Amino acid sequence: MNAQATERNESADDQSSRRSFLWKLWLGLGGVALLEYAGLFADFLWPRKPADVDDGEVVIAGALEMFELGSVTAFPKGKFYLSRLENGGFLAVSRQCTHLGCTVPWDAEQGRFVCPCHASEYDARGDVLSPPAPRALDTFPVRIENGIVKVDISEPRRRSSFEYAQLTMP
Amino acid sequence: MSKRQEEETEQGEERTGLSGRVWRSIVRGPIRPRDDRDRMWVIANNFILHLRPKKLPARSLRYTHTFGLGGMSAVLFTLLVATGILLMFVYEPSPERAYDSIVGLQTEVFFGKLVRNVHHWSANFLIVIVVLHLLRVYFSVGYREPRQFNWVIGLVLLLGVIASNFTGYLLPWDQLSYWAITISTSMIAYVPFIGGWLQEVARDGPEIGAATLINFYTFHTTVIPVLLIVFMGWHFWRVRKAKGVVIPRAPGEKLEDQPEVVVALPHLIMRELVVALILVAFVLSFSVFINAPLGEAANPGMSPNPAKAPWYFVGIQEMLLHFHPLFAVVIIPLVAFLALLFIPYMRYDDDVAGVWFVSQRGRRLAVIAVLAALVITPLWVVVDEFWIGSNGWLPAAPPAISNGLLPVAVMVGALIGFGALLRKRFSASRDEVLQAAFVLLAVAFLVLTLIGVWFRGAGMALTWPWNV
Repeated sequence: MNAQATERNESADDQSSRRSFLWKLWLGLGGVALLEYAGLFADFLWPRKPADVDDGEVVIAGALEMFELGSVTAFPKGKFYLSRLENGGFLAVSRQCTHLGCTVPWDAEQGRFVCPCHASEYDARGDVLSPPAPRALDTFPVRIENGIVKVDISEPRRRSSFEYAQLTMP
Repeated sequence: MSKRQEEETEQGEERTGLSGRVWRSIVRGPIRPRDDRDRMWVIANNFILHLRPKKLPARSLRYTHTFGLGGMSAVLFTLLVATGILLMFVYEPSPERAYDSIVGLQTEVFFGKLVRNVHHWSANFLIVIVVLHLLRVYFSVGYREPRQFNWVIGLVLLLGVIASNFTGYLLPWDQLSYWAITISTSMIAYVPFIGGWLQEVARDGPEIGAATLINFYTFHTTVIPVLLIVFMGWHFWRVRKAKGVVIPRAPGEKLEDQPEVVVALPHLIMRELVVALILVAFVLSFSVFINAPLGEAANPGMSPNPAKAPWYFVGIQEMLLHFHPLFAVVIIPLVAFLALLFIPYMRYDDDVAGVWFVSQRGRRLAVIAVLAALVITPLWVVVDEFWIGSNGWLPAAPPAISNGLLPVAVMVGALIGFGALLRKRFSASRDEVLQAAFVLLAVAFLVLTLIGVWFRGAGMALTWPWNV
């Protein structure tokens, strides 16, 4: 009697542990499926780089002598200003305000960029004259080849303030 | 055979033709409920009505207890789905076509403008109504046991409603939407360490473009509505499981063990229908007379002046003018949201569930807090604008301290001092002090939002509403 009962109990235990194993397996597989979907979700949402990013996008600004000393020229297509300082150096500054991303227009009379959104001001080198902007305007690399000024606009460079090393001298 | 069954057979025998048999297969209960038992049967067995209880305490019916705000949110959501589906037939989510398709909708599609207006105004009212709903639950102390977790679900729904509004804001692709989303997504960049990456994910690229638009469109039309429906179901179900809304009572009143109950049909359902109909009538007539704004087509080269975020984020934009971005965009909103989440799980001294404003004293302290916030907030804004400036209180220190940590520390100190004062001067209880602090902060944020919307003109300088 007793022996039989124990045997039955054992087999029940056996079964229940197998059952609980299978149950956990299914639960785990369900979790994996959910995770896979979450992964796909993130993958589809992920920002994709445009295909032509390797070559870079180069804007041909024009001949060297087109740009007077101490002038700022707008390039709406390239989303930057080409600033030529008094020492002859070139600087391509992004038109995007570093505070909240508004487009800053060049005020030629005052000789500064004034952001319409929160009144941040920058000088011709992109340095902050008046906050709330936290840092200088981004720049783009400038190249001068055979007297032609070219600007690579594929990736803006962040900087905290202006330094002479950022200039491209002719 | 009981009398009841006989009656039902009689009713059934009235319709023995094909149409009668089909009808009986759809509506299996009494066709015209004659008594409360019939009505309860209808409630329990009707697919839609079974979301409602069969019976409920008579005193929880009073309109001024809930103001029908939860139901109104559900009605607005339904309006939004109905009009949103129509808009999806016309709208084209690409930067080249989006604006033109909205213009076409407004000029060429029959009732196109009205449908867009209803969608626009329902969405804006929904934000107002869900916030009022949150305030109602807070002030009638409806978040305590067993309703704690439903408060959390409600906060998730609030986030969903805001996200839904925000993603919809971009879709018209006019100057207003383009720059509002530019500013709002630029705020994300101030999150420490991962801000730049978060911003790029939100925009699906370095700047707002076709990829951003299609993502926002998908979230707006599919992901968020589906999540909202799921969480709404959960929210309603939890209300049922808590045996309805919290029962209102006077301060100090003990609830009787066997409260008077009434049958939901007609007492609850009819009230809900009346609120729903009035609301729909209001939204429709509002939309007939007042058009949803549509600016010029988006021009990434020219920011309008002033450029403002959507109105529900303008309070945060206003904080940006007074605090270092790290505090205005990240720390303060995050702490505020965590505090909201934590409200039902705090330790409370008094059993006051269902007592409006905790007590008579609580009511008086709440009024004091409102007045304090109404005085201090504009004063702070004006003083900071004209005397302190964006260099902060200690121009020598780094901006995160002089314009961030320092003013925030002063504010927190003032809040603690305010609480201590209430405790000492009015011998207020813990519950009353916490409520007063909540009121103070909520009204302060409201004032900031109003200042941002009505008192900020060109270059975000302070000005009068008629100059904005």
